[in-house]
Amino acid sequence: MKLRDLTELAARNLREAGLRNSLTTLGIAVGVASLVAMLSLGVGLQELASTRLSRSGLFDAVFVTTQANMRAFGGPPRPAAERATAQPARKLDDDARQRLAGIKNVVEVYPEVRFPTEVQFDGKPYMTTVAGIPASARGDGAFDEMKGSFFSGPEADEAILQIEFARDLSKQSDSLIGKELVLRYAEKEPLPADDALATRAAAAPGKDAAKDSAANDAPASGGFALVPREMKLRIIGVVETEPATGFGGFGRGRLLIPLQIAQNLRIAQPTDMREMLRGNTGKPSYESLTVRVSSPQAVQAVEDAIKGMGFGTFSILDATKNLRLFFTVFDLLLGIFGSLALTVASLGIINTLVMAILERRREIGILKALGAADRDVRRLFFAEAGAMGLLGGMLGVAIGWLIGRALTFGTNVYLQRQELPPIDLSSIPWWMVVGAIAFSFFVSLAAGMYPASRAARLNPVEALRYE
Amino acid sequence: MAAGVRNNSVGEMTGNSDGFAIRTERVSRQYAMGESLVHAVDDVSIAVQAGEFVALLGSSGSGKSTLLNLLAGLDRPSSGAIYAHDHNLAEMNSQELAHHRSHTVGMVFQAFNLLPRMTLEENVELPLRLAEVDRAERPARVREAVERVSLAARLTHRPSELSGGEQQRAALARALVNRPTILLADEPTGNLDSVTGDAIMHLLQEINRNLRMTIVMVTHDKVRAARYAHRIITMRDGKLETEGASDEIA
Repeated sequence: MKLRDLTELAARNLREAGLRNSLTTLGIAVGVASLVAMLSLGVGLQELASTRLSRSGLFDAVFVTTQANMRAFGGPPRPAAERATAQPARKLDDDARQRLAGIKNVVEVYPEVRFPTEVQFDGKPYMTTVAGIPASARGDGAFDEMKGSFFSGPEADEAILQIEFARDLSKQSDSLIGKELVLRYAEKEPLPADDALATRAAAAPGKDAAKDSAANDAPASGGFALVPREMKLRIIGVVETEPATGFGGFGRGRLLIPLQIAQNLRIAQPTDMREMLRGNTGKPSYESLTVRVSSPQAVQAVEDAIKGMGFGTFSILDATKNLRLFFTVFDLLLGIFGSLALTVASLGIINTLVMAILERRREIGILKALGAADRDVRRLFFAEAGAMGLLGGMLGVAIGWLIGRALTFGTNVYLQRQELPPIDLSSIPWWMVVGAIAFSFFVSLAAGMYPASRAARLNPVEALRYE
Repeated sequence: MAAGVRNNSVGEMTGNSDGFAIRTERVSRQYAMGESLVHAVDDVSIAVQAGEFVALLGSSGSGKSTLLNLLAGLDRPSSGAIYAHDHNLAEMNSQELAHHRSHTVGMVFQAFNLLPRMTLEENVELPLRLAEVDRAERPARVREAVERVSLAARLTHRPSELSGGEQQRAALARALVNRPTILLADEPTGNLDSVTGDAIMHLLQEINRNLRMTIVMVTHDKVRAARYAHRIITMRDGKLETEGASDEIA
């Protein structure tokens, strides 16, 4: 029998026993739906976690220090022999920063700039911590739900407030956007070698924040003065979640300003005293640098390159590996539970088709008497099982999608009540749609194998006698 | 003894069956029933000439329907040979037997055996689907078959909407649609009243005469067998009992 005739006959048979076949198809659909719903939840949660984590600024960052610093991170002290033969630690200065920036897939290299200081707003002083935010942090998840906007440029005199600090300034934090505040800070000003004391004496509070180029270019004396400065900043946004700017950015930054601005302020850092005592007052060096990489996948290669340059590195790459392992096992378990439902549905197919053989025994006999070969009868039952599987699969994907949407809707209603941002709980990628329908089709064919071969083997003489 | 009939004899017939549409050589069919063996057909040799109308007569359980099923290729003999146009059915695989049922023979049953969910047209078209006849050719073949049995006006009716006689005529149209050379009828008038039964017999006779189609009909109605068949073969307990021209046996 030709394929078209086979399909027409199968479709006719399915239509004729409409209720029974519809219920069987619905059974398959429910099985597929549970499988799809479970897997879509697994994939959705995985995507949610991956997206949130990758946009947290942790998974695409490499923390770079001098070798000596890394060993000091709680590791055992180096043996004396090793200390004696060890190469001196490489300096993390601007040269090193430029070379790090030149590594393939590196987006940005920046130091951690964070300092406590005073802010004046509406005539009142507030103590807070200021953090410099790199331009690459614009895509971080922390800024997704922010009120206002991100910095207009790397050197804009703008500030973003963390919500708690904003509430300290005003009960209506939203109304702060567009207003100005004054940042008061102590600028580090190098002293000329032969006139250190005199310069320090001449320095006066209230001086404008503009850079004194003559002082900058003067030969270092090994000392510096702390000069009080003020800077006006326009509030452009309020952020709920504090952004993490790499591993160095875990501290509480409650007033966020562009990193370039923060660096230009030349704030005195705790390490300045040590550098001064060591006489490293020429080129500034950094305790650590954070290297932002284009994607988490490129972290390992960048980390290897940095290690090759003689610096110590640390990334959270291993944690992402464990995360992937966790979600793979999670998806597997969800898939197994979903497959159980499909197995039950498959038993439904076997039952339906076996019942159909009993009911259609005489029909099979007639078909054989009219010239149907065993193969034709087998293919007819196969086609019916396959059609039920295909329809059930498509319906199941649709129901599974609806279940996912319903779960997402319910979750978001709950999150909204908790004043949390909405999330997309389930995700059905195209491979899941194709895979679920194909799986349903082949499982149905497998379920139809026994009934089909039983129907094909039916003795036509006995089948024709059947009433 | 009429030519072509060999009663329980070792046939002189070989594979060469000039002029015979179908013949059997010492064919037997046994069934195991519990521990006993039932000889439904026992060492039967018959030969049916092309264009001949043969009636198989016998009481219930005489083996006539079993013999007809063997001729149709619906069943396989336990021993012996069945030749249809020189091809031994006993040596055919299931695929070849299906081809024999589809192309060489057409079957009519006492219970009509129309598929109740299909219309008359679909029922008649069904053998064409199974024989993989070109779709474009099918409507004409269906119309030709239903016109032959005078049912052209009932094409869209389902079997339940047809009378017994119409259903049997529809079954006849279905048996003829693939233009077989042999028509096998198993008690075709068994479920019909006498008038309708006569009409069906008349139709069979017409088909036999006009199409030169070989007909083997199982019946227990001696009168009709004598009136319409050229030759009558009687069976008893699976064996051939008598055979001869219809006027002789009647």
